[in-house]
Amino acid sequence: MYEIILIVICKNIYTYGNILKTIKFLLSEGRAISKMKKFTHLDQLEAEAIYIMREVVAECERPVMLYSVGKDSSVLLHLAIKAFYPEHIPFPLMHIDTTWKFKEMIQFRDRKAKEIGFELITYTNLEGKAQGINPFDHGSAYTDVMKTQALKDAISKYRFTAIIGGARRDEEKSRAKERVFSFRNTEHSWDPKNQRPEIGKLFNTHINRGESFRVFPLSNWTENDIWQYIERENIEIVSLYFAKERPVVIRDNNIIMVDDERMRLLPDEKIQYKKIRFRTLGCYPLTGGFESDAETLPEVIKETLRAVNSERTSRVIDHEVNGSMERRKREGYF
Amino acid sequence: MKSILRFITCGSVDDGKSTLIGHMLYDAKLLFADQEEAIEAESRASNSEGILNYSLLLDGLMAEREQSITIDVAYRYFTTKNRSFIVADCPGHEQYTRNMVVGAAFADVAIILVDASKGISTQTRRHVRICVFMGIKHIVLAVNKMDIIHYDRKRFEEIRREFKHAINNCDLESFTIIPVSATEGDNLNKKSINTPWYKGKPLLTYLEKLNIEQSSANDVFLMPVQRVCRPAPNFRGYQGQIENGSISVGDEVFVLPGNERARISKLYVTNNKRKSAYIGQAVTICLDKEIDISRGSVLMKRNAAEFDDHFQATVIWLGDVPLMEGRNYFIKCGTMEQPAKVTRIYHKIEIDSGKNIYVSQVLKNEFAYCEIVLSQRMAFNYFKLNQSIGQFILIERLTNQTVGCGIIELPLHYSNNIMWQKTDITRAIRASQKGQKPCTVWFTGLSGSGKSTIANMVEKRLVAEGKHTMLLDGDNMRHGLCRDLGFVENDRSENVRRVAEVAKLLNDAGLIVLTAFISPYQRDRESAKQIIGDENYIEIYMSTPLEICERRDTKGLYEKAKKGDILYFTGISSSYEVPVNPNIEIDTSKCTLEESVEKIIKLINVKSI
Repeated sequence: MYEIILIVICKNIYTYGNILKTIKFLLSEGRAISKMKKFTHLDQLEAEAIYIMREVVAECERPVMLYSVGKDSSVLLHLAIKAFYPEHIPFPLMHIDTTWKFKEMIQFRDRKAKEIGFELITYTNLEGKAQGINPFDHGSAYTDVMKTQALKDAISKYRFTAIIGGARRDEEKSRAKERVFSFRNTEHSWDPKNQRPEIGKLFNTHINRGESFRVFPLSNWTENDIWQYIERENIEIVSLYFAKERPVVIRDNNIIMVDDERMRLLPDEKIQYKKIRFRTLGCYPLTGGFESDAETLPEVIKETLRAVNSERTSRVIDHEVNGSMERRKREGYF
Repeated sequence: MKSILRFITCGSVDDGKSTLIGHMLYDAKLLFADQEEAIEAESRASNSEGILNYSLLLDGLMAEREQSITIDVAYRYFTTKNRSFIVADCPGHEQYTRNMVVGAAFADVAIILVDASKGISTQTRRHVRICVFMGIKHIVLAVNKMDIIHYDRKRFEEIRREFKHAINNCDLESFTIIPVSATEGDNLNKKSINTPWYKGKPLLTYLEKLNIEQSSANDVFLMPVQRVCRPAPNFRGYQGQIENGSISVGDEVFVLPGNERARISKLYVTNNKRKSAYIGQAVTICLDKEIDISRGSVLMKRNAAEFDDHFQATVIWLGDVPLMEGRNYFIKCGTMEQPAKVTRIYHKIEIDSGKNIYVSQVLKNEFAYCEIVLSQRMAFNYFKLNQSIGQFILIERLTNQTVGCGIIELPLHYSNNIMWQKTDITRAIRASQKGQKPCTVWFTGLSGSGKSTIANMVEKRLVAEGKHTMLLDGDNMRHGLCRDLGFVENDRSENVRRVAEVAKLLNDAGLIVLTAFISPYQRDRESAKQIIGDENYIEIYMSTPLEICERRDTKGLYEKAKKGDILYFTGISSSYEVPVNPNIEIDTSKCTLEESVEKIIKLINVKSI
């Protein structure tokens, strides 16, 4: 920068007017530099999430990170790499596989584990699988058995004490009240009536045997923050987030993708091909997509910023009963 | 290049907190269509005219009440084109103080709502105190329901004056008062035509423009170590978030505990190698030599912290079981955690009035000034100087609950703005109970001039007359309160100052005080007079000549002084300044003791009426 200044001074030193211009230029340069140094809101959120993850590793006995393969998990994984660098991620990642996830998600998960080299634990509720519990016949019982119960079993099996997850407070009303370090009793349930006061960054990580924490480093991120950060950091996400022709059926006003032959069609349903993408990801029969032309990240972000509906409307399970999220969480759903 | 502003909204349920935020978001078009539709549909259902009820957007709290779930802090997020915002929405009632503390700990700014028709309430004052206590530097008072008082400027100005009075003495960087109507939308997102006399910004603009960057008064680099990163035998990095200032490769850092110094050899901001880093960033720091550093250590550019095993703190009690002296807890301060004991509860601070009350236990939601003793020394700072290592939580050892949070207070000698605490029982009340007017009779004169003798006789007379008295004698004071002082000039001055302060306190207690000190310097007697108060001060100059005092030599001191056994002896090796304008002058070589006593008693009786 000093070279530029020198050149500018030499060139413009001849006239008084030019000297004024030079001073103006130097002042504007100064402003530009101080602006560059400014800590942006994404920088703030990133630093906060990293602080939380480091606290977990420093204070909790057996941490694990829940990896759902969605965009929030991808951000979380990216932050974990940054938080501990040059050390490898000092905890395993765990994926609760209901066996009904999109194929692309599973491929992405396995490829990422190889590329980055993190320890991956996958857990499926085999009992539920053997009983043939599925999203078509069992409705909310399916979620309870294959997701909630599976998660609880996995935590107990591995005796994890801190489970890092990608949930955000802006997602849903009951999440808005949840702490960053959210206490779970030995039954893995959340007691919203009796949350520990959380004073700034002073997290209380004390627990007794069998109890645990769900830890949410992305608590203060919004959906827009997530997308902007993905763009800024060039984070790879599953291709399901981008629009593409996909085989779908329309069911109860939701566009459901036919990801494999297990998808049971109702008598009057026909597979159609629509250019769709997803805003959130889960089990394919329970995840609604929507028609879109956004094939690239900038297009997706543009579309998201203009979005007229909040994110969770595309999750079929949240609409069953009012307050269903809070009920699920009390029972141990993430 | 947006930054985040975190704010808390305080006010009781009826003040229109939720409506205010809801309306602001609705007008700023920051809601999703499904949220807007939900408000519109619910509003239609709840009233036939379909007037929008903006509070429905935020009133998780309402629902919580109905379901009898604990009312808790809820966080909301919104972004305008200038800034991102996080709102901690918390309840205002006294029983929810602990929730408000959580919200205030999180926030940069507090919006305090008052109902324009009601004005500043006890609750408003409490909210201000809690916010200021938790370190919030910017307060906005939103005077709501201006529509109900017909945008009355006079009323608004009254509230402004009242509020200014309420925040007097608070350590704030800025405060703003805005007249608003949450239901009508006045001065929320744009200036209202209903308040042409209001020259300030509308609320949202204020929040977008507010500069919360710390004033650069304290920019010494400081970082508590979160963890040590050791991926390979030749790499040792200290990870943490910079809480203050900035640092560059090559800079020297000072480490507590250990008092050691080293230079920064490598620096990473997240996973990027950098030349320098600044406040807020998550870093990994490598040093040029091996020092014993672990979690809880504090790295600083220069020693800018205290290192001790005890401190005084104001604690907000959050636990169901009361706080009592002698209890053991875990304390977490910065990244350091260790056992600690609350050894003393000095007093409780009544948050509504600011009064101190002496108590033996502290209940949930109460504030108390305590002494905390740590099991080992640790680096900390006073909350006013550095928030990150000046704040702590207390964790109960059996239940694992967070039972208290506190801020470390500056010791008294640090502070130049101690306030005088008013008490209900005054000097006048105490004195009238004793049927007398207190005063201090200050005897000055050489050793052996008869100060103690006369003072003693005067006191006996006063007591016989039914007065309540106290005699402060030079030698006696030097046995206790002033035993750390010698006889050089400075020490003599300090001796006189202490005596004057004690005399004043005893006068406050309603007593007539007699003091018998050589007090050789005019300026010390002047300052004693100032401390005690002109109208309460009677100066008796014992003018007995030096030769007579020497001849008497009741304590054998003149002899010692002449031999040089006593340094700085008044009249021999140290000077005595004769009083300029004493009330009474007494030369015991010229009048009897009885006459002297009579003169003094007469003057006291005149003064005492």
